[in-house]
This record gives sequence, C-alpha cells and structure tokens, in this order.
Amino acid sequence: MITAERKPIEELIQSVKPYRSILLAGCNECVTVCAAGGRKEVGVLASALKMHFLKAGKPFEIQEITLERQCDPEYVEQLASNLDQVDAVLSMACGCGVQEVARRFHNKPVFPALNTKFMGASERQGVWSERCQGCGDCVLGYTGGICPVARCSKQLFNGPCGGSSNGKCEVDPNVDCAWQLIWDRLKALGMTERYEENLPAKDWRPAGGAGPRRIIREDMAL
Amino acid sequence: MKTASTLENILASGELAVTSECGPPRGALPQKVREKAELLRGCVDGVNVTDNQTAMVRMSSLAACILLKQMGLNPILQMVTRDRNRLAMQSDILGAYSHGIDTMLCLSGDHPRFGDHAMAATVHDIDSVQMIRMVKDMRDEGLFQGGEKIDGPPKMFIGAAANPFADPFELRVSRLAKKVKAGVDFIQTQCIYNVDKFEKWLQGVRDRGLHQQVHILAGITPMKSVGMARYMKNKVPGMDVPDEVVKRMGGVPKDKQAEEGIKICLETIERLKGVEGVRGFHLMAIEWEQKVPEIVERAGLLPRPDGLNVGVQNVRGGKS
Repeated sequence: MITAERKPIEELIQSVKPYRSILLAGCNECVTVCAAGGRKEVGVLASALKMHFLKAGKPFEIQEITLERQCDPEYVEQLASNLDQVDAVLSMACGCGVQEVARRFHNKPVFPALNTKFMGASERQGVWSERCQGCGDCVLGYTGGICPVARCSKQLFNGPCGGSSNGKCEVDPNVDCAWQLIWDRLKALGMTERYEENLPAKDWRPAGGAGPRRIIREDMAL
Repeated sequence: MKTASTLENILASGELAVTSECGPPRGALPQKVREKAELLRGCVDGVNVTDNQTAMVRMSSLAACILLKQMGLNPILQMVTRDRNRLAMQSDILGAYSHGIDTMLCLSGDHPRFGDHAMAATVHDIDSVQMIRMVKDMRDEGLFQGGEKIDGPPKMFIGAAANPFADPFELRVSRLAKKVKAGVDFIQTQCIYNVDKFEKWLQGVRDRGLHQQVHILAGITPMKSVGMARYMKNKVPGMDVPDEVVKRMGGVPKDKQAEEGIKICLETIERLKGVEGVRGFHLMAIEWEQKVPEIVERAGLLPRPDGLNVGVQNVRGGKS
C-alpha cells in the first residue's frame, strides 16, 4: 500500500488559515489502512482544527467527507456538490488523491494534509516499512523476493557493501541489510549459486527516468 | 599489459606493490594537495586520491589527481557511485585519462548519512560491480556503457575495494568473485587488524584461485592512539579491531602509543609479506601521511622499483 503520515497541525493551520470554510476529504483506501487519512483521522483532525479556530476566535467551518478512493475520478466527482459551499479543500489522501481533486476542481485551492511516504507493508501493529520503489522492472525473482532497490540504502544490485554488520545496515542499526536478507533467503531456497550472477546496470527508464510514467491498456480503454 | 599503469607494471613484475592515499582538502588550495602528496614521493607506487570520502565535500578527486600527475607522481583516481550517474562517471574517466591518469578505484562510497551533507540526494545509478564492468568495457571493447563506440578509449587499470571483515563473512569471497568476474585488476582491502580473520578470508580466495586473477593489496592503517583504536572498533562501519589490539595500544603510555601503532602495522606487514595471494600493501595513514616513508622503510619495502623499467624488463622477458 501507499503509506503516509499526517503533517504537523501547525503546518495545516497555516494552510487553511486564510479561509472561512473548508472541505476535509479523507480516503478509504491505503491511508485508512495506515491510519493517516481515513474516516477516523478526518474526524480527529476536524476536531483539532475547529478547536484551534474557536480558541483563536475566528469563524471557521469544516465539512467532513471520506471518499472510497480519492485517486479515482468516479469517486472524486462526489465532491462536486460540496465544493460550492467551501473556500478550499484539505485532502487527507496520498499525493495521488490530492492531485486528482486538484485536476477535477481546478479553481478550488487544494492542500495536502499528509506527507506521502512510500509503498510498503505492515511489519507489525503500528509499524510500516518500505518494500517497493516502483522501478518498473522487477528483479525480485533474482533476489530471493527481497528488493535491493527499495531496501538497500545504496541500491546495490550486487551487494552487500562493506558496511553490513550483524545483519544490519550501516546507515541505521534498526534497518535490516537487504543483502543479508537476500543471502539468507537464497540459502533457504538452495539457490546460492544465483548470488554470483552479476546483475547488469539497470535501465532506469521504466523507473521514471524517461519522464512521468503511464500505463495504457488498449484492451480496457473506451 | 592492459595499460601503461605503473602499478600494473610493478604487480606484473612480481614485486610487492605499495600504495598509499592522499585525501584532497576541504577547500580550493592546490598547495595543500601538493604538500601532502610530496610526503609520499619515492616511497609508494601509486597514490589513491579519495572522492569526497566520508561523504564530505572536498576538492574533486580528478582535479587533485591532475595536481599529483603534474608533480610526477602516480595518482589513483577514486570514484564513488554515490555522487555521479554513468554519464558523469564516464566523462570524468575520459577526462582523467586525457591527463595521463591510468589507474582508478571503483567504489560505492560512504553513505551521505555519515557526512556533512546528509540532506543530499544519493545517485547510485550503478553499483561498484557494474562500474568495474563499465570501465573494463570502455578499455577493452572501446564502448561506452550505453553501447556506442569511444573515439580514443581510456585504458584504465581497474581497482576496487574488498572488506573481508563485513558481514555475512561467508559471502565475502563470493563478493570478490563477482568483482573479478566484472573485470577488476587489483583490490585494496579494508584496514586489517584482525589478521587471523583476514588470512581465513584469503584462504577462501586461494581455494577458488581468485588470487591468480586479481592482485590483492592488504590494507594497513597505523593507529595513533588507543582513542583511535576504540573509535575504529566502535564507530567505523565494517571495521574489525580485536580487543587485544585495543588493549595493546592502551597498555603503553600515551606518548608511546603512536610508536606502538606503527609497530603493530609493521608486524602485520611482516606477517603478510610472504603469504600467497598478498601482492602488496595499501597504506592508509589517515591525516598521518608523514609517517608513510618511515613505515615503508621499516617494513623493508624500500627502495621502490622504477615502474617503467620493471615493466620494460618484464615485457622484454616475455618476448625473449
């Protein structure tokens, strides 16, 4: 999933301060799962903002809504009826959702309430970590199911570097050395000979090196 | 001979090679480079010029290499994958070779987290193994990494690093094998304090015959004090300083510790001199370059052979 964290309340107050009324829009997908921008977080942030502006003696109205998906035009359309009554949108979706709202309603200011972080998985309750950088040419089949692009601090395709120590990365002792993990997996799979196949220099075009990426599915296009 | 590199000539002759390093200054003063490099004249066969080591901005390795070349020394261009993509690397390699710099070292580099620009974006377009391959293809195939022909290919003698002490230990020989497969010519190892572990690694290297495909220079760093020993043990990633070494440094009075550090490194050199697979020494006297001549002399490694003459003799010998 796409993970995110809410921005500090001070920054959000600065964003919406110039307006009298906003629409606070959550998203029911990834950011709900990582507890950053779902229905519950919309409620909590709305209360915090209301309280702040009440204390400050400034009239301020907030409408709350949580869409099924903010990255999907079909659901974003649902905002149309609310938008006439507000001055701005504060989106609690990931950066994709924020941009979809901005694209659809081009004369309404939209502010992000979240910092979008990475594509990751839940390690345990309350902990998410990065797993994929969407590099467009997956090598997981060669690396035992552990990604060197997203999980090695130096993106080594032929690691580990000299800073791997007790299974941890030199950059942060709380981060596993991806190449230690790869090696352990290759051993468990009886595929250690694969380690010595040198992986060639990566073509970064599918990773975004050729400009913003699109997927066009002729079979699905209307 | 693949190149005109003095280091290649000396290694090919069978003599033990000696290299050292010169870290460029944190400023634009050429005199600082010259002063440091001058200390190494006559006692080493090549001088590594580091590339923003510890991820701190310094005078570029290429510029400092040119200064050394102008002094008549043999610079070894260090290049890390951290700061440059493949376009920038290849153009610097062409530029270096155009100035007669014919020996280089391919590294991934210290992560910016350890330096004074932790906010910088890292590049890591290619890794060190891929860089070795790129430089080899530039030299032997006359091709850029992108596949186009080079008009006047750079003939670089290609080095890389190996850390026998990092984890997982069982992978360290295989990792060297990958660099050999990519086409590396010589290796400079991480600083050796745990000589037993180094020899164990080297046994693995010999078992696979890798020592016959690559010249390994053992990395030696003299310690100035017990404080430095503790720092290296606890703070430097990938460094293996056994407790006995720290104890030994701490067991002599403060004013004798520098001499003790030099004794330790001389003992390591002496022990490794005759070991099969060790083809020379890389002396990293960090901010202590003035001690290099003394160490080389006391280690019995002086005088240094004249690289050119050694090479010529070797070539002649081969022909006759």
